[in-house]
Amino acid sequence: METDTITAISTPIGEGAIAIVRLSGPEAIKIANDLFRGKDLESVDSHTIHYGKIIEPETNEVAEEVMVSIMRAPKTFTREDVVEINCHGGMVAVNRVLEILLSKGARLAEPGEFTKRAFLNGRIDLSQAEAVMDLIRAKTDKAMSVALKQMDGRLSSLISRLRQELLETVAHVEVNIDYPEYDDVEEMSHEMMRKKTKEVHDEIEQLLEVAKQGKILREGLATAIIGRPNVGKSSLMNTLVQENKAIVTEVAGTTRDIIEEYVNVRGVPLKLVDTAGIRDTEDIVEKIGVERSRKVLTESDLILFVLNNNEALSDEDIKLFKAVHGLEYIVIINKTDLPNKLNLEKVRELAEGNPVISTALINEAGVDELEAAIAQTFFAGDIDTGDLTYVSNVRHIQLLKQAKKALEDAMASLEMSMPLDIVQIDVTRTWEFLGEIIGDTASDSLIDQLFSQFCLGK
Amino acid sequence: MVYDAGHYDVIVIGAGHAGCEAGVAAARMGAKTLMLTLNLDMIAFMPCNPSLGGPAKGIVVREIDALGGVMAKVIDKTYIQMRMLNTGKGPAVRALRAQADKPLYIREMKKTLENEENLTLRQGMVDSLIIEDGVCKGVLTETDAAYHADTVIMTTGTFMRGKVLMGDLEYESGPNNQRPSIKLSENLEELGFEITRFKTGTPPRVNSHTIDYSKTEIQPGDDVPQGFSYETTEFITDQIPCWLTYTNEFTHQIINDNLGLSAMYSGMKRGTGPRYCPSIEDKIVRFNDKPRHQVFLEPEGRETEEVYVQGLSTSLPESVQHEMIKTVPGLENAEIMRAGYAIEYDAVVPTQLWPTLETKKIPGLFTAGQINGTSGYEEAAAQGMMAGVNAAAKVLGKDPLILDRSQAYIGVLIDDLVTKGTNEPYRLLTSRAEYRLLLRHDNADLRLTETGYKLGLITDERYQKYVEKNRLVEQEKKRLEKIIVKAEENVQAMLQEANATPLKDAVRASDLLKRPEITYAMLETVIEPDNTLPLVVKEQVEIQIKYEGYIKKANEQVERMLKMEDKKIPDNLDYDDISGIATEAREKLKKVRPLSVGQASRISGVNPSDVSILLVYIEQGKIARIAN
Repeated sequence: METDTITAISTPIGEGAIAIVRLSGPEAIKIANDLFRGKDLESVDSHTIHYGKIIEPETNEVAEEVMVSIMRAPKTFTREDVVEINCHGGMVAVNRVLEILLSKGARLAEPGEFTKRAFLNGRIDLSQAEAVMDLIRAKTDKAMSVALKQMDGRLSSLISRLRQELLETVAHVEVNIDYPEYDDVEEMSHEMMRKKTKEVHDEIEQLLEVAKQGKILREGLATAIIGRPNVGKSSLMNTLVQENKAIVTEVAGTTRDIIEEYVNVRGVPLKLVDTAGIRDTEDIVEKIGVERSRKVLTESDLILFVLNNNEALSDEDIKLFKAVHGLEYIVIINKTDLPNKLNLEKVRELAEGNPVISTALINEAGVDELEAAIAQTFFAGDIDTGDLTYVSNVRHIQLLKQAKKALEDAMASLEMSMPLDIVQIDVTRTWEFLGEIIGDTASDSLIDQLFSQFCLGK
Repeated sequence: MVYDAGHYDVIVIGAGHAGCEAGVAAARMGAKTLMLTLNLDMIAFMPCNPSLGGPAKGIVVREIDALGGVMAKVIDKTYIQMRMLNTGKGPAVRALRAQADKPLYIREMKKTLENEENLTLRQGMVDSLIIEDGVCKGVLTETDAAYHADTVIMTTGTFMRGKVLMGDLEYESGPNNQRPSIKLSENLEELGFEITRFKTGTPPRVNSHTIDYSKTEIQPGDDVPQGFSYETTEFITDQIPCWLTYTNEFTHQIINDNLGLSAMYSGMKRGTGPRYCPSIEDKIVRFNDKPRHQVFLEPEGRETEEVYVQGLSTSLPESVQHEMIKTVPGLENAEIMRAGYAIEYDAVVPTQLWPTLETKKIPGLFTAGQINGTSGYEEAAAQGMMAGVNAAAKVLGKDPLILDRSQAYIGVLIDDLVTKGTNEPYRLLTSRAEYRLLLRHDNADLRLTETGYKLGLITDERYQKYVEKNRLVEQEKKRLEKIIVKAEENVQAMLQEANATPLKDAVRASDLLKRPEITYAMLETVIEPDNTLPLVVKEQVEIQIKYEGYIKKANEQVERMLKMEDKKIPDNLDYDDISGIATEAREKLKKVRPLSVGQASRISGVNPSDVSILLVYIEQGKIARIAN
């Protein structure tokens, strides 16, 4: 029997209106109860469901309204105590609930771990064992590829840089140990180590700060839809909204006419903003002029620029291309169900390498490709969201927290003037945690670093 | 005509550092043991640098000693200089290094072997193994002697198809112009072993009379008497210094000008050399911005004038070596007595071995030392020790001995070799050990004496001493936990002198010792001292208390690691039967055939999901067995 309590979001992310966070293990009910405002979950009957609120432990604020199912061992999927928390607030809220559970001592489940426990606890019989292994394989591969795909390119390069800095530091300590007579390198001092650990610690802290704010997640990428009248802008908006079950919010303090639509496209939160006035005014360039419209467009993180396949390229289209020049945009050639009159070659030339997607929104053709292009643009780090590096994956956040903790242990040892070879143990752990984020856990790197960084002979 | 030359429990081929430990360990465990060597005058010869120990390696020497091996005792009787390295660092990385008297070391080791009961020492060249029904049953020598045995340990070092290279000169040879072993290597290939080709090198030796030491810096030994063996009580005080000098731009110019003449740089495809022990050519090519490189002048013994020029390992032609050496301050008039050379040799790909060092292909056949792709006398000796123990254990029907990564550097070394293999001659480094805070040189006896005793390699007397030391350490730790130190004047004065913050309240003596600035010796001045305690006990108490938190953390990690080591993989497991394991992982697992899930997880190319599936599969097997 396993001794720890695991948790994970057990519904596909971004694909349903309700998301379920599941807990399994001896502490499942206790952990849930600690965060729950409503009934005392530890005293309710098994297999009952309860309405209540999940509370942020730090601020005591309500994080999410939920329905909580309590199922006691052994009549559960895993044969352990199981709690399922039904959240309604979308991706942000669900992630927040998961994070709170993790902070209260639950461990993030490995892919397929609930099923594995069910099997190991005898819940699934032998004939199903094969299927269990296939499932673990499938889930692991998917999780891996999704996690990697969903990683912001900037995050991955930042982590790689931090790791390289740590590796060089560790190699420096190691060379002092393994080659004590090697005189070509300065003996690493506590002061040097203090400086290096502080630098890396600050960067990790900043990353976590951003993750905590969930700034991008909450606000979404400001996305403008532009194009001449009748090219299909409204259809595009409606399609994205319908496909992705948007939450329509009225923004407080603004006029009721301005509406922001939040949609979640393959893990990328978009805020479809009306700033460009696509609903009121069919032609922004005509209305406010190229200069001003450009200013509006510059404030967007992403522009969806719609053209009509059934009409030749017009002066207005050319003007729009000028307006978006140098910005992050995706060209959508709509109405491909109608005969082609648009000079596609010319469009590609004008698009300056930005993605060009063909759609027929009337029958939803090409929507998948469009969504893929949006996700790709975002996760490749092409979109400038200021200096913020996007960390949304809960697993990444957990690992960053562990890395930070390890580094703090190292810094505490430094404060106590512990020998550097002892301080280094925790620096190496930090390096390993960061490696798990980007899927690089090769342990030979240190030895390679040692011999490429220093000319060692004796 | 082949003749029957007798039957033994264990035959050891080779009498280098691996062979000596293997022979002695097997014999002392009660196995009738034969050692065959090419040249009885070259037992435990050091073909490269005249030193033993250093970081990680020095700890290995102590581990061998704690298990009942011989290397530590022999060097303690023959060193010309002893130094403790890394004294300014933490206790985990301190290590002894000795400069050896090479000829004396050979004599002393030979004497040890000759006086060993159960051990027969014989000169002879082994040409092939006797294999019956796929099992190793003995060896055949070039003189047609057929020695029969239940187990055979190959410790052939760099002799297998050894080839010496110097400039464009190359000839088949073992180290130092000894005869190479050609047929045995071919025999291994015929038996289906995967063989790889490695190289290593050695620098020139010069005549001490021709060195101008005034231009070099002296490197003396430590004043404190110390030794590797926990049993050594008499220490050599008459020490000989080493000397330090440097290469310069002129040296580098000569090497650069003649790079094309170096055997290793002439464009021929060669065996893989070690990165941690590069030739001077390598250093100059790879780090061409370095204006100088260190050169250590190390005497090869008390009764010889030969001096080892550490740092100038080379395969340049002899004429260039003469030129090169004269550019080094202090060596302007130095006469080379032996030129440097590179040597290429065959090694067995070590993933073909079980963690006992028995080959998977041929039961009864063990390999140990440089043949397994390692380099270094200490690494060789460690493997020899383990192969000797396991070969004898097999014959005597005892349990095999496998040390894990938290028990010893020896465990790290062998686990790395058999699990990951190596693509260059493998050297132990402290950074290879995950739990080096546990693998200290000061506690090798506490870690391994018990194991050595159970094997019958440690005498009762020594074992009792170990038990007593352990008892005293525990007793003193408890005593310090009970003693309360009050914030009195003498205490505050002691703290002030140590630059430590003064006490506000009374504390336990053990808590005071946890402070980094406070040593056991300082503590003794403010509490009632226990003058009966030996120094080693005090040292142990200090380390264990001071680093308690870190040791605890390491032990927690070890526990997690051991959990996975305890999940054994049945040796008949058919990896093709497990669906869901990735192809690369499957191939690796089939090759390495790990004994535990823990070992499986350390194979490169085996991912966490593969490990997970393996676990489920093994659990399923258990359930199936219970169900049946």
